[in-house]
Amino acid sequence: MIGFSVNGKRVDLEVDPSTPLLWVIREQLGLTGTKYGCGMAQCGACTVHINGEAVRSCVTPVSRVDGKFVTTIEGLSPDLSNPLQRAWLEEDVPQCGYCQSGQLMSAAVLLREKPAPTDEDIDEAMTGNICRCGTYPRIRRAIHRAAEMAAKGGAR
Amino acid sequence: MIRRKLERRDFLKISVAASGGLLIGIRFPGISGLAVAQSSAAQPASANTFMPNAFVRIGTDERVTVIVNHSEMGQGVYTSLPMLLADELDADWSKVGFEPAPVDPKYNHPAFGIQMTGGSSSVYSGLQQFREAGAAARAMLIAAAAQQWNVAASDCRTESGAVLNGARKLTYGQLASAAAKLTPPEHVQLKDPKDFKLIGKPIKRLDTPEKLNGSAVFGIDVKLPGMLTAVIARPPIFGAKMKSFDDSRARSMPGVRKIVAIPAGVAVIADTFWQAKTAREALRVDWDEGSMQNFNTSEMMHQFRERAKSPGSSVRKDGDFDAAMAAAARKVEAVYEVPYLSHLMMEPLNCAVDLRADSCEVWTGSQFQTIDRANAAKIAGLPPEKVQLHTTFLGGGFGRRANPQSDFVVEAVYVAKAAGAPVKVLWTREDDMQGGWYRPAFLHAIEGGVDAGGNAVSWRSRLVGQSIMSGTPFGAAFMKGKDYDPASVEGVDDLPYEIPNLTVESHQAEINVPVQWLRSVGHSHTAFATECFMDELAGAAGKDPYRFRRGLLQKHPRHLGVLDLAAQKAGWDKPLPKGMGRGIAVHFAFESYSAHVAEVSVEDGNIRVHRMVCAIDCGQYVNPGIIAAQTEGGAIFGASAALFQELTFEKGRLQQTNFNSFPVMRMNECPQIETYLVDNHEKSGGIGEPGVPCAAPAIANAVFAVTGKRIRKLPIRMSEAV
Repeated sequence: MIGFSVNGKRVDLEVDPSTPLLWVIREQLGLTGTKYGCGMAQCGACTVHINGEAVRSCVTPVSRVDGKFVTTIEGLSPDLSNPLQRAWLEEDVPQCGYCQSGQLMSAAVLLREKPAPTDEDIDEAMTGNICRCGTYPRIRRAIHRAAEMAAKGGAR
Repeated sequence: MIRRKLERRDFLKISVAASGGLLIGIRFPGISGLAVAQSSAAQPASANTFMPNAFVRIGTDERVTVIVNHSEMGQGVYTSLPMLLADELDADWSKVGFEPAPVDPKYNHPAFGIQMTGGSSSVYSGLQQFREAGAAARAMLIAAAAQQWNVAASDCRTESGAVLNGARKLTYGQLASAAAKLTPPEHVQLKDPKDFKLIGKPIKRLDTPEKLNGSAVFGIDVKLPGMLTAVIARPPIFGAKMKSFDDSRARSMPGVRKIVAIPAGVAVIADTFWQAKTAREALRVDWDEGSMQNFNTSEMMHQFRERAKSPGSSVRKDGDFDAAMAAAARKVEAVYEVPYLSHLMMEPLNCAVDLRADSCEVWTGSQFQTIDRANAAKIAGLPPEKVQLHTTFLGGGFGRRANPQSDFVVEAVYVAKAAGAPVKVLWTREDDMQGGWYRPAFLHAIEGGVDAGGNAVSWRSRLVGQSIMSGTPFGAAFMKGKDYDPASVEGVDDLPYEIPNLTVESHQAEINVPVQWLRSVGHSHTAFATECFMDELAGAAGKDPYRFRRGLLQKHPRHLGVLDLAAQKAGWDKPLPKGMGRGIAVHFAFESYSAHVAEVSVEDGNIRVHRMVCAIDCGQYVNPGIIAAQTEGGAIFGASAALFQELTFEKGRLQQTNFNSFPVMRMNECPQIETYLVDNHEKSGGIGEPGVPCAAPAIANAVFAVTGKRIRKLPIRMSEAV
């Protein structure tokens, strides 16, 4: 039995401990916002937070989150009120949208650590997240915008 | 010079002008004369809804739902097509939503005659259709209000989801039930473009909110009660056949339900994906490797090169190339090579099927609904109308999800037959990359000459590569009367430069690697070869590449327009810091004109693209925000191919498996991109693909500007520059 918190809710599961967290989240817990893209920590589509850190869930055995706090895109904010989601709306970022959960989860950790990130900070934090549609220029603008929103609006 | 006309383009032009009245006769086996039986229309109108036509439903709750017959794969059709309808309807945009269309002939592409998404044609082919649908609904709502008020329809006007007459006002929701009882008008009056409220504005996409909280449903997210998950062990070499398999270990592994041979390979069906994948690793399959076991791409390119030494099928012949070449003062020869490429959508292929005795439901991100449904029906042993195909969001398409054989749908129906339960077949990234249907590799051998005055006098392009169309139902329609594939030569067959002696020849290579259209199709390689060679000719003429092109485009104002715009915005004549260079390219594709200027630096053999300036002329446009996004995305897509991407085969086996061996441009490599849109009243063109072709030649030409080395092979490697 493996127990952990997902988006503030306690879950206890009977599952092969070597199963990647990604598939437990998607198939056992039905939270399909976290995406599969590569299975080898190359693309970032599966990014979630474990105890606040951005982690590639496709290569993280579920045993490693026993007793920990997991946040998925569904837990970022229930009503799109997170400054990142608001900025993503204002910059009209997504195209196909498949990678955007991972992009947002990586950006959330970046903004927590660096509330006013430089372009270099963005490069460093976001380079692990591939977007095949090429939304990078808009993601960059949206991160700067979210940082400004958060600075003006305080913690939301 | 006589400008040869491209049949397909004319088809589209004529068909679209005729507002869906003309179809091209593509015959798909199993789809009789395109008259596929009527099936479920989009959720039919009930007492509480007004559905005047197949494209819109208005509820008493004021919701306006636009039924979209094209797939949303990122290109924005769930926004741009509703904009067209909503503008003519005078709808309240905040009440407008979208819904994917079911498979039904009503939703066929007006030009291609099947339900599909491709050719960058969704918006321009739907322009009339969606506007007319909105205008018809509006006329009926006005008629309903006029009846209620006992006034003339001409005394009523509409505004933001309501009909008004003096101080009186009835909302569309209030009128929905009454309007539903009226007969749709035979003719409708469309708005004067000056009255557009939505069309032409950068309206925010309707599908963004659900893509920011994980609620958007892609094919991979579909969950059905009691659903199993399957992965398939596919042949390691194209054309290999399964001889036998040993599942003694795999079948007793946790969660495994069934392991079964199907035409595509061996399917492992389990409760969860991870169980299926783990069991597949324990499976032993013995393959008869077939005729491709010694196939190597390096050898293939060598053969292409040899073949290009002899004449191919004649595609275009203006003047006398040989005589002009003999008389030319300076001659240039170059051979360009491009590799096989994978579409590499972020969402790997998948398909969910619920097969019952007398019905079959399919959920997938399809670009080819009519064909996928017909192919699914064949395998299911059901008539097409018993098969429902639900189009989910596509996590990228780029052409891969428009497969003439419906490969990823067909195999899922086979698996469903064996599973005896609803099942989703999921491809791993490796499965997806190794599964074929690539952009074909091509070789272009080009020779050209300039006279003593520096004027281009001769050009001959010989192309060698596999045909996409040949052997498919499209081949019969598009290759009619031709001994070459127009999709191989598009972009070189209509080379716009005024060169009096111009020859284009095509060699079709027969290789058992499945190939398919990939974003911008033939243009993805023809623009690279022709625009790089233009720079080589400019060099021979001793002229600036931008001005050399200008001189040869005097009869092509729209080419010239984007070329000038890109050059001007990039500051073509302004010096760059040392170690940086600029390159330019211009190209026409999918009814739109595009030009790029790239600024690059090269350090220790590493190329960095700093800035890309893109000019685009797609005629009358619908949503400039989406156009900018597609142009930026197209440039990045093209730059990824130019800088990083190559599929290679050794002993029949593909050498690339995942993003680490087939890289995509990442955030830290992404240049600053500027997009400039030409404002005109020309006929609308496409936007999903035209941003791709110019990226590679603009970058390659910039590399020459900074290093003095010519790039003749993609992806660009300085070690291979000449």
